[in-house]
Amino acid sequence: MKIDINNREYEITADLSTPLLWVIREQCGLTGTKFGCGIGQCGACTIHLDGQPVRSCLTPLQAAEGKAVTTIEGIAPGNGEYHVLQQAWIEEQVPQCGYCQSGQLMTAHALLAANPAPSDEEIDQAMNGNICRCGTYSRIRKGIKKAAAAMAVSENIKDSGHGEMD
Amino acid sequence: MIGVAIRPGNRSKKVKGLIAGEDETVLNVWLKIGKENVVTVIVPHAEMGQGTHTTLPMMLADEMDADWQLVRMMEAPANKEYANYALGKGFILGEKEFPAFLIDTVDGFFLTVTKHMDLQITGGSASVRFTGMNAMRVAGAAAKAVLLQAAADTWQVPIEELEAKNSQISHTKSDRSAPFASFALQATQLSQPAKPRLKNPEEFNIMGTSPPRFDIPAKVDGTATFGIDVVLPGMKYATIKAAPVFGAKIKSVDDNAAVGMPGVIKVIPFETAVAVIADGYWQAKTALDKIQVTYHPSGNESVGQADIYSQYVKDMEASAAGGDDKKDVKKGDVQAALDTGGQLVEAEYRVPYLAHATMEPMNCTAYVTEGKCEIWAGSQNPLGFATAAADLLDLEPEQVEVHNQYLGGGFGRRVQVDVAVQAVRIAREVDFPVKLIWSREEDMRQDFYREANISRFKAVLSKDGKIAAWDNQFLFKHDPEEAPHIPYDVANQYIHFAKSQTHVPWGYWRSVDSSMHAFFTESFMDELAHQSKQDPYEFRKRQLANAPRFEKVLDLAAEKSGWGGALPPNWGRGLSLHMAFGTIVAQVAEIEMLEDGLKVHRVVCVADPGFAFHPNGFEAQMESGIVFGLTAALYGEISIEEGAVLQSNFHDYQMVRMKEAPKIETYVINSGHWPGGAGEPSTPGIAPALTNAIFNATGIRVRELPVKNHNLKAAKEVIG
Repeated sequence: MKIDINNREYEITADLSTPLLWVIREQCGLTGTKFGCGIGQCGACTIHLDGQPVRSCLTPLQAAEGKAVTTIEGIAPGNGEYHVLQQAWIEEQVPQCGYCQSGQLMTAHALLAANPAPSDEEIDQAMNGNICRCGTYSRIRKGIKKAAAAMAVSENIKDSGHGEMD
Repeated sequence: MIGVAIRPGNRSKKVKGLIAGEDETVLNVWLKIGKENVVTVIVPHAEMGQGTHTTLPMMLADEMDADWQLVRMMEAPANKEYANYALGKGFILGEKEFPAFLIDTVDGFFLTVTKHMDLQITGGSASVRFTGMNAMRVAGAAAKAVLLQAAADTWQVPIEELEAKNSQISHTKSDRSAPFASFALQATQLSQPAKPRLKNPEEFNIMGTSPPRFDIPAKVDGTATFGIDVVLPGMKYATIKAAPVFGAKIKSVDDNAAVGMPGVIKVIPFETAVAVIADGYWQAKTALDKIQVTYHPSGNESVGQADIYSQYVKDMEASAAGGDDKKDVKKGDVQAALDTGGQLVEAEYRVPYLAHATMEPMNCTAYVTEGKCEIWAGSQNPLGFATAAADLLDLEPEQVEVHNQYLGGGFGRRVQVDVAVQAVRIAREVDFPVKLIWSREEDMRQDFYREANISRFKAVLSKDGKIAAWDNQFLFKHDPEEAPHIPYDVANQYIHFAKSQTHVPWGYWRSVDSSMHAFFTESFMDELAHQSKQDPYEFRKRQLANAPRFEKVLDLAAEKSGWGGALPPNWGRGLSLHMAFGTIVAQVAEIEMLEDGLKVHRVVCVADPGFAFHPNGFEAQMESGIVFGLTAALYGEISIEEGAVLQSNFHDYQMVRMKEAPKIETYVINSGHWPGGAGEPSTPGIAPALTNAIFNATGIRVRELPVKNHNLKAAKEVIG
């Protein structure tokens, strides 16, 4: 079957029940998405299906049919630029070993898309499924807030731009 | 300071082929200079998030007066020339400074010893303390010395008139200036000083600052390659299941249901494990799950956790009664002090087995061809991997090439060579590269565990409310040497340990013995304070007369935490003080007892590491160590049932998550002492700070970890 990952089409030959995680990593060569637990407990394998965060270790290949799959490799705007969350992660020096961070970023990305100014409790709620064994939680929180603030600023610029044109 | 690695006639020539590309000049084994004036620092340690790939180059670059923007890093190849003699020396001799006339002898000796020991280990919080201090700084300073000499020779000016700054050498009088690179080749002809002058802290330009870590950008866009991410042409995948009862030998394997499944290439039964090779991990895993295995009895099939504890108690009592305990500390006369009739306080504490549960499950990729073996993995011990593979294949270590990758967590687990041995055994059965990946369940059940332990105390409080005698018996002793020792001025001490043999494999676990002894000693200190009706902070402080560094750390923790200040109802505050790997850490935990458990709101952490070379990174390590230790204190428990590990994944080996992560405030004291570690020292103290806070809030003393096993809610209702 064909699946769409990061706006690119991949032709896949695999049993339809194969978890997307292994298709993405081994067949598509996108190794940024990580294997952590295999039972949806740690969040390291988080990807987006049509913008919604899912655990790719529990999501069968079949579920991706006709949907847009986004992985960590697909969130940056391109031209060598980082996504505002990735930029915030660098500025706050969030990662330590870094293994869980793709999943953390994908979950945070979905959070900010749904809620551009999350409170601490909302961040807790959204991020609680993602384990970081290095304990970078406080920096992840800072990173999300920094990114939210940066996005708000760029939204304002856009809005005021529109205002002038009107 | 030390300098064998860079003595004249040094090893640079031997390593040139290993580390240098075209147009690069190897100045000594730890650094090379490229045409574009880029200084590349060779780092003999693995990056597992502790920042060593940035901090060690900072130490070298600062001594060299290099321009940080022109500094790069390269991980040292797994080669005997990079066997880590500085680490070996640190472990064996501690932090002793050697008399100058002995240095060559000592270094020569340790170079031999550690090469022989295949040490290129990243662990023991040793990177900065030993490699950084003994190798990186000296190498940088020595390189600068010969570059200056080369410039002096070229320009025919006195060397004293030259200045090295930002990777340039300049002569103000003649208004000349040239990059390091232009003198590099000539500098290799000169003898590097074995003992160059090192900077004083006030001369540091890079050390003590916090430049962004080199490894972070690749860790936010998915491009960082961990061991599990390695891709090779023609590579296949394997997974494995070893006997759940450690060491049990396989009796029969029924693989009928697995052979012939789609993608399955080969089923390989070993003595104690079965592996499947397939086109993909999922196919290998699905097939492995269908294989029926029976085992020969090993004698451990009925061992449960309670049996292990009973055996511990029996062995401790027999050892004490028979006078077989090993002596750790003996001062004064404990028995006489116990007999004087002061207030006797006794307590026993227990801690369970713990798994590492690195986020990246164990994995290793191997490719075995005629007379050669290549290994790709994230390892804390790449040279050990090479040696193990060479032994297995009857090759010379030089015929094994290890390509070390980023580590998705180490914590001591990735020192072990078990997964490399398995990968090589699998790969030699086929003529293509194989990536062996463990399931999370395998990772949890085939670990090398922080051992379960029991610690028993007897102490006597004198009339003036000080400790007159301290008797402590426990099991096992590994590292660090000082883990069970106390900084308090107790005149009569007897610290001793027994042995007990189990079938459960032991391994280094972040902070090793300190991970339990801080809980033991600092819980008992709290009990003694309570028994003598003194404030836990004042009680400790009164007995730190001989340990001024500890007292300063403790005082600052009390100050920053607002020790003694009022707390809301159902809140509690607890304190701990412990030194591990040369860094002294005090922690104050502030908690709230809730209807359904507890919340750690805030942890104040004060650390004296001597000097924090990368303050932001040091702070990150304190935070990391605390969350790691808090996870263990609240939830960590590996239990043995029917000879095997009961837990299997994150649902039953629970981790602290975002919601439970406390606010952590770190304060650093740069006391100027020989540097201590960063990765491990904050892990031990959070457990006692937490349980002492629970006592403060509820009156309940938690003497056995983890906290989750205690019904604190019921207790609170009784206490009110």
